[in-house]
Amino acid sequence: MELLARFAAGDLDAFEVLFCQHQCEVFRWIMRIVRNTATAEDLTVEAFWRVYRAHARFDPATGSFCGWLRRIATNVAIDHLRRSRTEVPLQDDLPAVAPLHPAEQAEMRRQIFCALGKLSPNLRGAVLLALVEEEPYEEIAQALGISVNAVKVRVFRGVRILRKELSQVGAYP
Amino acid sequence: MNEREIAEVKKLLKEALQPARDAELGRDLWPAMLQRLDQRSIHVPWWDWALLACVIALSLFFPGTIPALLYHL
Repeated sequence: MELLARFAAGDLDAFEVLFCQHQCEVFRWIMRIVRNTATAEDLTVEAFWRVYRAHARFDPATGSFCGWLRRIATNVAIDHLRRSRTEVPLQDDLPAVAPLHPAEQAEMRRQIFCALGKLSPNLRGAVLLALVEEEPYEEIAQALGISVNAVKVRVFRGVRILRKELSQVGAYP
Repeated sequence: MNEREIAEVKKLLKEALQPARDAELGRDLWPAMLQRLDQRSIHVPWWDWALLACVIALSLFFPGTIPALLYHL
């Protein structure tokens, strides 16, 4: 029996193979949204947990496993942003871009994190994926389960809020 | 707002934030996944709690029903 069909039937061995094949890709995708290694690892497990629970709903004949997986991973990451919005300040554990003026760079990062924190999880996800990660709008739309135009609207609204927030602190010319 | 302004905000973001697309997974997450799969959390549905509350209320307000309830246990 084909791997995906075995997974859809609830075969744990098939799930393990799929997990090993896709864990890095899911981790990287979630990382683009939450920007924290430990959180992204936890959310990767959470995403696969949801995938495993929903195995019976996956139809290998009609659905793309990768697309389905990415959609679930995106939902998990956005849910996390929603939950943690008021709990922890937005930050990441990625290395900063090589700064010309470290002090100014640190202050700019702080202001940008602060401004990003003002965005709703949906807007923040769209802005990070489109502008920082430069993912194609079509791909973002598929992952979020919305139209390309809706992604553009989210990015537009997110940029408008960011511009306003950064202007208020003098970080936007 | 036009494309130029979007490009300006994008430039600001990219100057401050490193893209995460090259982030590497430092460890195999399968053991954590197995642990998650093995968790047998006891999930009690809300209607079970409601039923329990009804039984307690019944016992408190109509103590005469307690022997009947015990008989059916």
